[in-house]
Parts: sequence; structure tokens; C-alpha cells
Amino acid sequence: MATLELEVVTPERRVLLETVDEVILPGEEGYLGVLPGHAPLLTSLETGIVAYKQGGQFHYLAASGGFVEIAKNRVNILAETSERAEEIDSDRAQRSKDHAEKAMDSASGDELEELRIRLIRAVARLDVKSKIGKSPF
Amino acid sequence: MSKARDIKRRIRSVKNTMQLTKAMKMVSAAKLRRAQDRMLAARPYAQQMEKVLQSLASRATPEDHPLLKRAEGDRVELIVVSGDRGLCGAFNTNILRQASNFAAEQNQNELTISCVGRKGHEHFKRRGFHIRGEWLNVMRNVDFALAAEISQDMMKRFLDGDVDKIYVAYNEFKSASTQNPVVQQLLPIASDDLAGEEDGPSEEYIYEPSPAALFKTLLPKHVQILIFRALLESVAAEHAARMTAMDAATNNAGELIESLTLTMNRARQAAITTEIIEVVSGAQALG
Repeated sequence: MATLELEVVTPERRVLLETVDEVILPGEEGYLGVLPGHAPLLTSLETGIVAYKQGGQFHYLAASGGFVEIAKNRVNILAETSERAEEIDSDRAQRSKDHAEKAMDSASGDELEELRIRLIRAVARLDVKSKIGKSPF
Repeated sequence: MSKARDIKRRIRSVKNTMQLTKAMKMVSAAKLRRAQDRMLAARPYAQQMEKVLQSLASRATPEDHPLLKRAEGDRVELIVVSGDRGLCGAFNTNILRQASNFAAEQNQNELTISCVGRKGHEHFKRRGFHIRGEWLNVMRNVDFALAAEISQDMMKRFLDGDVDKIYVAYNEFKSASTQNPVVQQLLPIASDDLAGEEDGPSEEYIYEPSPAALFKTLLPKHVQILIFRALLESVAAEHAARMTAMDAATNNAGELIESLTLTMNRARQAAITTEIIEVVSGAQALG
């Protein structure tokens, strides 16, 4: 069976390089599934969950801000931040979520936008953590 | 006899210094390795980004983007990336000389300087330059968030029309023994940065959203990468410079100890000889 090469890189490091069967990722227009033989596609990446299937099992990553390039059975994800589910510290994510929620009440303008992004990131991390070992749907 | 003792004391002090420089050299070597690893780790992202930007640039109308617009004017901002600490040979001197030369060529009334690293800040502040932004004591842990913060600040200034050109001066890491001070244009983004290979993009992509919109979201990331790279290069270069400087210092200390030991032995021998002569001549006088 044909497979996909999935590579996830951030400016700080290469997070992942694996041969996988399927990738589900948050594109500009919503989540999209990528199977081997996908048409070349370039899309920006929203903050959310990247799931990939390997040997019948789904694995998860949190990713935010960047873009995805799909070509020749390769999926290159360039994200500003990204962690594997196993690396995520859920306590920290929860704290960051609580903090952002609280601070949003009194923030405005750029600061509010900043907090909103942080909140979305924290939520994505928590979601990823809760999905370990489960199916993405 | 007291002369020999003085020299002995000096030897001990030089030995202490040598231990210190040796330790600093080891630490710098370890840090250099880590800095190099980080530079390598950042490369795939940067390369991929460049590739995609180039293929987008040929599809969108890049001239429209405000980050590429050339403004007529000579309001220049210079970002100086230096070290926070000394004891790293000519590292800071070199970059500050390069930056000062560059600054001297600009319209002094319109020049603003932003400093990343304490040494540059001290240097330009003392000389009365107008310092606008400062990020001090940050070289110890440079991360992408810092680069993002700096570039956000710079892009805002550029887009608000407060400044016409932004340059960044940093030490380029060539190898463990060579660092090369460079001044690079940051904004407006030089359009040859985006000129792709002539044969055009190899893939016919579906773009989501449109190429122009994608281009717009990716350009700021390009600026972040440029700054991030400058910071990483500078950090690696600083550790390399410190390692070389401390290696030289350790060698010098070794040589100094050798020559001091020789002098001390001579002094001791001279003292012994004098004593013997005194004893012998005393005995002769009695006999």
C-alpha cells in the first residue's frame, strides 16, 4: 500500500519525520484528510490538532501557525510551534488556558488578540492530550 | 629568598587564572556545539519557507505587498546584535566597528538603533546615538519567541511608516575559528531574496487560500526567520570566539608559568649560591 512521508518542522527543531498512512490536519478552510496520492496543495495551517495514522493507530500533535505543503506523497508541515501529544504538559496547558481566560476579561486590542491566540493554543494542546489512544472522530 | 617567594605567589595566581580560562573554554565548546545544533535544526524550516515563498512570488504580484515597498527616504534603523558578555576576543569589537562604520554613512539625524545584547547597547549609548529598542541579557536563551517579538516590533515600525529601511548587523558564524561581521538589509525585503530558480516551480499546486493571500501571511514569517537566523548565528559565533579567546589565554598562561618557573628557579639557585659563598668565606675567615 502506498504511504505518505510526514515531516513536521518548527523554527526550533524537527518535531517528526515518519512514514504514515493518513494525515488529518487543520487547513485554512477547515480540517482536511490527506491520503496517499493527494494532489499537490499549499495551504496555511490553523492552530489545532494534527492526526496521523500509522499501522491502524492514530497519533496526535498540537500545531499552530504556519503552512502545509503536500506534494508527491510528502506532507511538509511548517508550524510556528508543535508538540507531540506525549510531550505536552497538560497542567501547564490548563494553567495557560485559565490564565488567558481570566486576562481576556480586562484586555483589549492587540493584547486581546494575543490572549485569544494563546487560549486557542492551550485548548488545542489539551484536546490533543485527551485524544491519545482514541480515534480522532 | 623573598624574590623567589614573590614569583611563587605570582605563579599560583596565574595558575588560578589558567584554570578559569580553561573551564570557560570547555563551557564555550559545549555551548558552541549546542548552538550549532540549533542552527542546523532551524535550517529545514528556513529552506522550506524560502522554496515556498519563491514559488509564490512568481504567482502573486509581490510588488503590492507593503513589506516589499521601497520608500524614498533615509530614515534608517539599525539592529545591532552583539554579545551580553565580554571575554570573547574581538567578537564584540568587530561587530561594533562594522556597525559604527555603517552608522557613520547614514543621515545622523534620522538614524535610530536597536540593540540586542548588552555590549552594543553600552557602546552606542556612550556615543550618544538615539537608541530606540533594546533587548538586553537575552543571548543566554535565544528562542523563536524572541525573534518573533523583535520582528513584530520592526515590522510595525516599517508598516506605520516610521522608518524607511531597517538593517541588521550581526556576526556570521563561518567556522569555529572565523566569524564574519555583516550588515544585512531586513526591510524592505530585498526582492532578489524571492527570485526563484529560472525553471519555475516543479509542482502545480492547489492554493488555499489564493497565492496572494498566502504570500501575505508568509512574508512576515520570512522576516522572523531572518532575525532568528541572525540571532542563532551570533550566538554560535560568540561561543566560538570565546572558545578561541580562552584557548589562547590558557596557552599564554601556560607559557607565562613556564617562564616564571624558570626565573624562580634561577632566583632560588642564586640565593643558595650566595648562602654557600657566605658560609665558605665565613669558615675561611675563621681558619
